[in-house]
Amino acid sequence: MKVTVCIGSSCHLKGSREVVESLQRLVGESGLDEKVELGGAFCMGNCQNGVSVKIGDEIFSVTPETVEKFFEENVKSRV
Amino acid sequence: MVKKFDTQVQYLKYKVLREVARHAFADDLLTSYNDIAKIIVKGDKPTMRCCIYKERSIVNERIRMASGGGKKNPNVIEVLDIACDECPVSGYVVSDLCRGCIAHRCEDACAKGAITFDETQKAHIDKSKCVECGMCAKACPYSAIMNHKRPCENACKIHAISMAESKAAQIDNDKCIACGACVYQCPFGAIMDKSYIIDVINMIKQSDSNRAFKLYAVVAPSIASQFRHVKVGQVISALKLLGFYTVVEAALGADMVAMSEAKELAEKGFLTSSCCPAFVDYIKKFFPDMQDKISHNLSPMATIAKYIKETDPECKIVFIGPCTAKKAEIKLETVKPYVDSVLTFEELQALIDARDINMSELEVDVLDNASYFGRIFARSGGLADAVAQALKEQNITDFELKPISCDGIEQCKIALMRASKNVLPNNFIEGMACINGCIGGAGCLTHGPKDKNEVDEYGREAYEKTITDAIKFITENKKH
Repeated sequence: MKVTVCIGSSCHLKGSREVVESLQRLVGESGLDEKVELGGAFCMGNCQNGVSVKIGDEIFSVTPETVEKFFEENVKSRV
Repeated sequence: MVKKFDTQVQYLKYKVLREVARHAFADDLLTSYNDIAKIIVKGDKPTMRCCIYKERSIVNERIRMASGGGKKNPNVIEVLDIACDECPVSGYVVSDLCRGCIAHRCEDACAKGAITFDETQKAHIDKSKCVECGMCAKACPYSAIMNHKRPCENACKIHAISMAESKAAQIDNDKCIACGACVYQCPFGAIMDKSYIIDVINMIKQSDSNRAFKLYAVVAPSIASQFRHVKVGQVISALKLLGFYTVVEAALGADMVAMSEAKELAEKGFLTSSCCPAFVDYIKKFFPDMQDKISHNLSPMATIAKYIKETDPECKIVFIGPCTAKKAEIKLETVKPYVDSVLTFEELQALIDARDINMSELEVDVLDNASYFGRIFARSGGLADAVAQALKEQNITDFELKPISCDGIEQCKIALMRASKNVLPNNFIEGMACINGCIGGAGCLTHGPKDKNEVDEYGREAYEKTITDAIKFITENKKH
């Protein structure tokens, strides 16, 4: 499963690096390294609601504060 | 009122580019050639040349250059023969200011015995003996001896420009490194860089509002010293209004380069930088024995473009910066797959105005991908600072960095000569063909003494304070 995090300017300023770091940690802790592929993209056209994270065709709004909840609800459940 | 350009020549070039862009957007460029000439050269009184017909002919040449220039000439820099004023090339001459003094310092200064005096004690230079060293001019207390050298030849520190049989300037393409110094210095605007503004307009159209493919702009950090009448964020808004999907900092590529350049340097013990395409070309053409010392990194532009294409293989990428040599760099086989076209800041201004976009009314968008260190690549010394930082961040302690930052080809030449003779005490040559680095580029709208401060200030505004943090995601991502 591919999870793409927006690293464009707007999301970057809203903490995309922190979101990426958390996701990397959570993926590792859950032993999902083989199943979840993290990718980056410059802009998903959803700048107002960043940090944008895409799974399939669906775009989620995640913040460094909500990343754990997002991981539990939207990443783990789909693996 | 903040000045948009340094000179009237730039303004003239800009007006042609703007009109060409306007008609390219309207799809009627071919039928509008003569209309453009009449818009630029109004009325029936000449203001620049002997007659309006010559003025309009020259405008037509400028339109040709704005439309990509001569296809047969591989160089991105071209002389417009009819625009060349065929300036005198007499070299050092004694002017009327010579007072016929009795000290004759000029005679003493001349090692070649080329100075003679007439019956009024006024000096004359025997051209068969003169070697154009200029010592007499320095010695004269009245500054009566002048160097009549063509500004283009003076600007070209690699001596690629000479006088053709027709007396117009000619460029030796085997020597030219496309730095653009002559383009900026010619007071008649007779040397121009080819523009690919029409290619970019076609990409904007073909992308169909980023539905067919996404069009990315990669912007050089020297933008911090440009577009002084608006904020950088407003330029970003304008780029998106023009049809670009998003804008990415070339400085993020610079962060990536700093990290790998530091590693390569520590491994090899000696390197010359590879960021400035004119400097790299200079080494290849004039110091071929030192080619293996050139860093193997792609330039920051190509490095970030390569990464963007990995995340979005269908996209097209336009680099926007201060540089004419970048137009040559994207023709290299190693760079061609990543960067689709290049615009200078001059050309971007023309593109924005062709669409009647008033940047000062736009909202301030954001541009923030890189660290302070990536951003300061825009000015001389920045690259060396970034490599020092990258060594530190990667805990490379068994290598002592001794950098030399050279701006301008003359300084680069001295360092390379010494390095080729193994007498250079430094182990890293940061070479930039333009004085002050990229902020001195020929494609800049303006050049000023505060440019360096503005780049440093822009660097400090970066969200990421370390190179490691700025490229963390990219390096982590590459491991997967």
